[in-house]
Amino acid sequence: MRAAVLVFPGSNCDRDLAIAFRRAGFEAEMVWHKETALPEGTDVVGVPGGFSYGDYLRCGAIAARAPIMAALAEHVKKGGYAIGICNGFQVLTEAGLLPGILVRNAGIKFVCKPTPLVVASTDSAFTEVYGAGEALTFPVAHHDGNYTADEATLDRLEGDGRVAFRYSEDINGSARGMAGILSENRRVLGLMPHPERAADPELGGEDGARVFAGLAGAFATV
Amino acid sequence: MRARVEVMLKDGVLDPQGEAVAHALGALGFDGVGGVRQGKLIELDLDAADRETAETQARDMCEALLANTVIETYRVEIVE
Repeated sequence: MRAAVLVFPGSNCDRDLAIAFRRAGFEAEMVWHKETALPEGTDVVGVPGGFSYGDYLRCGAIAARAPIMAALAEHVKKGGYAIGICNGFQVLTEAGLLPGILVRNAGIKFVCKPTPLVVASTDSAFTEVYGAGEALTFPVAHHDGNYTADEATLDRLEGDGRVAFRYSEDINGSARGMAGILSENRRVLGLMPHPERAADPELGGEDGARVFAGLAGAFATV
Repeated sequence: MRARVEVMLKDGVLDPQGEAVAHALGALGFDGVGGVRQGKLIELDLDAADRETAETQARDMCEALLANTVIETYRVEIVE
């Protein structure tokens, strides 16, 4: 099982993400954004949190057009797994790999705190080891986490069970409380809260470790 | 050729920065501010030979990067 963690100028959760992958049994390799191919045999691509390109223009907008992104799009097109966390979620929406966009928090302020969530769909490798409706706490740390999409897209996400996580309380104005959403084939997850920061009992709990454990399980059964 | 690109949030998309500016204007005693929307102004110096080419290039740049048409609209003006 091989994970590739993309690294952009300004990424700052890349090492935490690699550690979370490794603890779940993946070999994890960092991949610089100027590369044009993923390492041979990459099963999962992680797009980490941070402030790629200083959040210039729009969060994730410039990273989404980086050379490595064509390889990620190809990986996803072939049914490969990917997870984008925080800035990584913004990058995936800007790249058109997930619908909608993340805009400035409704309350304008940067929000940085442990945040209660519920598991809204267990129908994905990322969430299948959770119980439906299970309450979790992941840290969040973002200024632009307000998930926005047109009503038809939101209806489709809900109707198809593609909302992976919801906020238990409104922290940023996200449409219908959506904290994490899945692609149509459920192999791409984007979420603003940080599961990789809740993957160690001594640092923020272990609620998030199961996202990576579940993902590892998808390969164990192949 | 210089192109001026104006990028604005679509109507109906929440603009918390605009609202904060409106609130601050009210606090400064400016009455009657019905609303504030904050956008971006981007100037492009282009090598294009004529206005039409410059405008086409600027529009392509808007679609590719400068605007996210999920939430934003753009307007291109060739100014010189």
